[in-house]
Order: sequence, then structure tokens, then C-alpha cells
Amino acid sequence: MPLEKITRVQGTGVHVPGNDIDTDRIIPARFMKCVTFDGLGQYLFYDVRFDKDGKPKGHPLDDPKHKGATILLSGRNFGCGSSREHAPQALQKFGIRAVIAENLAEIFAGNCTTLGIPCLQMSAAEIAKISAAIQKSPKMNIVIDLASQKVSWDGGSASFSMKAGACEALMKGEWDALGQLLDGKDQVAMLASRLEYFKAG
Amino acid sequence: MASGGKSLFQKVWDAHVVRTLDNGQAQLLIGLHLIHEVTSPQAFGMLRDLKLKVAYPHRTFATVDHIIPTDTRQQPFADPLAQGMIDALKAACKEFNITYFDVESGLQGIVHVVGPEQGLTQPGITIACGDSHTSTHGAFGAIAFGIGTSQVRDVLATQTLALSRLKVRRINVNGQLPVGVYAKDVTLHIIRVLGVNGGTGFAYEYNGSTVAAMNMEERMTLCNMSIEGGARVGYVNPDEKTFAYLKGRKYSPKGAAWEAAVARWKACASDKDAAYDDVVNIEAKDIRPTVTWGINPGQAIFIDENVPSPSDVKDAADKASIVEALEYMKLKPGAPIKGTKIDVAFIGSCTNSRMSDLREVAKYVEGQRVAPGVKALVVPGSMIVQKQAIEEGLDKIFRAAGFEWREAGCSMCLAMNPDKLVDDQLCASSSNRNFKGRQGSPTGRTVLMSPLMVAAAAIKGHITDAREVFKLETAGV
Repeated sequence: MPLEKITRVQGTGVHVPGNDIDTDRIIPARFMKCVTFDGLGQYLFYDVRFDKDGKPKGHPLDDPKHKGATILLSGRNFGCGSSREHAPQALQKFGIRAVIAENLAEIFAGNCTTLGIPCLQMSAAEIAKISAAIQKSPKMNIVIDLASQKVSWDGGSASFSMKAGACEALMKGEWDALGQLLDGKDQVAMLASRLEYFKAG
Repeated sequence: MASGGKSLFQKVWDAHVVRTLDNGQAQLLIGLHLIHEVTSPQAFGMLRDLKLKVAYPHRTFATVDHIIPTDTRQQPFADPLAQGMIDALKAACKEFNITYFDVESGLQGIVHVVGPEQGLTQPGITIACGDSHTSTHGAFGAIAFGIGTSQVRDVLATQTLALSRLKVRRINVNGQLPVGVYAKDVTLHIIRVLGVNGGTGFAYEYNGSTVAAMNMEERMTLCNMSIEGGARVGYVNPDEKTFAYLKGRKYSPKGAAWEAAVARWKACASDKDAAYDDVVNIEAKDIRPTVTWGINPGQAIFIDENVPSPSDVKDAADKASIVEALEYMKLKPGAPIKGTKIDVAFIGSCTNSRMSDLREVAKYVEGQRVAPGVKALVVPGSMIVQKQAIEEGLDKIFRAAGFEWREAGCSMCLAMNPDKLVDDQLCASSSNRNFKGRQGSPTGRTVLMSPLMVAAAAIKGHITDAREVFKLETAGV
């Protein structure tokens, strides 16, 4: 199954500040009672964005200035908590195509990569610079270049880091590993036949 | 390959690598795959769309835990979405020939309670499940970790995953735990000390005399919350306790196969001269009963300490985190945590819902009463735990004390079932996460602690020191 080679992501940005933003906040558990991932986008950050009567609370994601933003910026340990893929799915269905944070929780970042969403790590200072630029001109284009591992925006650019395997996988169009894993079928069978406990099962 | 000792992680990882993929990740064989109703439906959907079969159906086992009500099992459930999910799981297991521990089997329960009690969780194997608390199974000396739904699809279709090798941090906990200090306090303390993302990129090897002295259920509590410290994998080297626990269980090896298995299991333990990427030493005597005060598991203090104040820290982002947490939890900076009124008390979850947890609580609540106005639940981790608890008369003790005795399931840990907080109720909880809105109300407040501490809070109606309430000996043994 041929996947898009992702070498560049560009678009406008939106900053959701805060550290340790967890997956329960990104998608509250009550919206996970579904058998598909359809329609999850509307529930992204639901309890932060809407009060108990469903009225918007003025969250950056609902600010008309940031409508159509595809690049999300945040703080430390973004995506901590659950392994639920519903969190990156909600982000993707909302329209987010890349996440820039100081650092990210491992399972969350892996899930994002599987969906073709690059997760970039940058310092708090650099993120603050980009955020300030977004505040000044919300419609400014941000360009993420995976080959050079650089982000550029009006009036600035900076390097980012990414998990090595993830960057390569995205650029090669191998970010959803299933195809490759299926290719290893015979070798899997060989190893499985050599492990005592596996055979016995 | 350099000579010299290997850690359990290195041994088990190396034994399960099928090959190296293009991007440098390993294609890792998964020995045991556990599934539940929340993270599997879309995976099965993807298999159907791709016209793929399950590669090794005999290596996947299913149960239902997150959405199942704990007051009655009667179907159809009041929540049609929950009914849809249990129907989808049942249908998928039938279609793809997967063993399903459903209510009818009498073996249903929280997936991380069921795996071990069935003897499926064993030393030296890799285990994956679409749930981050899969780290629990590491208590047996397995490499066990949580995965997302697309990865559940990968395991179903290929019995493998694309993964990056983790570094290994050895955490030695040494000495005798003081009275009233439990495995739950040890894990909360470790997360407090190392931070909620201190373990990112690491597997944690829990070692030291304190860990060796723990029984298997305590080791499961310890490993369960590894992920809350950022570590996807947490494990304890297998020993005689591990083998004794596994002997005779349904899926444990038998006869000659048992002897061969024990020999393999002994061999997979970390070598004495294994090298680690990092080593941390913790003294058991320094740990006291621990409770969270904030909105992530790392925001924790000892029961006799005060809630932090923003002025305690210099970094602006850290200050902001404290302010945000105190505002949400409605706690005063610098105030004692003791005395904080509770509305709900929850004993349950994959962290603390096993027999040893229930026995310890029953021992001390016998003859006592839950405070008026407090809703207190005891939720056994599985139908087997429930049955055993009833045989020992624990259910009668809980009910007599004013606790509700429930059916097995995840219950109020994450409230995907009817067990939810209302408005800004504060819950003393033996579960593993205190994030905003975790327990079913967007303004609900969670304070994590050990099961006995929950019981003490239930009786007093406020967060308190179980050692005082139950007059636990403070003199050294």
C-alpha cells in the first residue's frame, strides 16, 4: 500500500500552551465509545474548549484567527497518559498535520507517526518565538522541512529534532509500518517456530 | 557483539527481533497479545478493509473491561454505545477465532488482572495490548507495553510491531518498607522523584531488596504505573515467587514443559554484570504514604506534607503548572493535604484491585463505617478475584462497612462506564491517573493513593493518614 512520502509540512499555526497536556484532555474518554474513528475531530480538547452547556470557552483552536491551522504548538510532555490512538486521530481529523512541542510522550508520538503526523521537538524559547510570530500574523505560513530538520516562518527559522526512525519513515513513505511488517511474514514464522512458548501456545 | 552481561530487557528484546526495518526500527515478535473492546474495533475494521486474517489467532486473548457496567451485567446495557462495543468485540473474536474471556466464561475482568491470573503472562516473553498500563505484566519479567489501535492491527495481522529499542534504567529500591507504606506508595514516589516524563525512551528495571520482598501483586502495582513516569516498559526480574505464582495456572506450561520453562525463565533474568543506561537508588525507609495533590501523577506529596505553592519553584512554566493544578483541584497553596474533604472513595483499577489489595482493606475496615455522605466503591479486578473475595467473606465486610461491592471492570478509573464523578466531586482513588476530567466529570477531582489510604479517607470523610486511623504499628519490627 503506497504511502505519501512526507518531506515537508506547511500551513498556519496555533499554540496550545501548557505542560503535561494529557490524552484525556486531548480526547475525553466518553467520546471513545466508538467502533470507528469517524467524527472524532469535533471532540478534540472538548472539555477545554466547551463548557457543560456546549458553549465555546474561547480556546485558541476556536479562534477564527487560527481557522484552518495545521501546525499545533505546545509545551513539555505533550500527549502524556494513555496509548489511545483516538488522541492523534482527533488531532488529524480536526486538521492538524504536525505537532511541535518541547518534548512528547513516547506512545503518543509513535501513534502520530503511524498516521503520518510529524512530531517535532524544539526548545521552549524557539516555540515562544514562533508563537509570538503567529500572534502578530496568524495567517503566516510555517514550513517544516524534514530533510534539513528546519522550521521556517516569517522572520525566523530554527532547527528541530525528531526521533530518528520516525523522520526517516515519514520521508520514505513508510510511516505506517504494516506493509513492511507483512513483508517479513516468512521470517516471522521462522522465529515463531523456534520459540518454545510460542509454539506451545 | 561485546561480551559482558545483559539485562533482561536486552535478552528478551534480542530473542524477539525478527529483522531490522529500513528506518532502523526492529520488527519485534509479540509473544502475547491482549485485547479489549476500546482499542480493538477499529483494528478489526482495518483488517476487514484490507482483507487480512489474524496471523496467529491462538496468541491473542480478549476480555471486556472499560465499558462494562459494574452494577449489573444485564444486556442490553443502558448505554447503546457501550452495547455496540461489546457486540463488536464478541463478533470480531468469533469471526477471527480469538479466545474471549467474556462474562459467560466466568473469567472476565480487567485485562491486566486477567492475563496474569490465567497464566498467560510469563517471564521472557513480549506482551502488547492497546492500553498503556500493559506495563503491569512486566512484574513477571516480560517486556510488556501499551500500543495504539493501528499497532493492534499490526499485531493481529503480523504478530509483530515496528519498534525502537529502549534504553534501560535500573531503579534499586532497598530496605524494608515502613508500616503503612505499600507498593502503590513506592511507585508514586518514584514518579515524583524522576518526573512524569523522566522515563521517556526508557524501560525501567525495578530491583533491590524491597522489590524482591514484594509478592507478585505488589510487583504488578509497581510496574503498572511505569507509564505514568514516562516509561513504556517496567519490569521485575523473575524469581521463585514468579514461578510459584504461575504454577498450575490455566495457560502455564505443565509436566516436562514446566521444568523446561522454569529453566528458560531463570535464564532470562538480568545478569549480575549487566550494563544499564542509568541507575537510580531509592531507600524504602524514606518513603511515606503518598497522595497526589495535582493534575498529573507526578504532582504528589507525603500525607504529612503540605500542598506546594507557586513560590516554591523558580521556573515560570513550573509556577504556571502549580497554579493551574491548585485552581483545578481547589486546594490552597501551602495547606496540609490531610483534612481535604472527599465525596467519593474508589478501590479498584488495574493498579490495585487484586486479592492482596482487598484483603488488606477488609482487615482494617471490618467493624468500621464509611462516613455519611461518602459514596464508596470496591470493584474487584476480575470475576475470579470477585469469587475468591466472596469465598473469604470480604464482600460481607465491605458491605457491612458501607462500601458498595461491584462486578469486575475498570469502573471509575476512567469512567467509560456509568461509574462517574458528578460536577467537582473529589475522589480518593486507588487508580493510576488524576488528569483533569479523568473520572467522568470535566470538573471532577482525583487524588491517587494506596487502597488502604482510600479506605481511611472513606471512613473519615477526608484525606487522612491510614496509619493513624487504623493504628498501624509505627514501632520498627
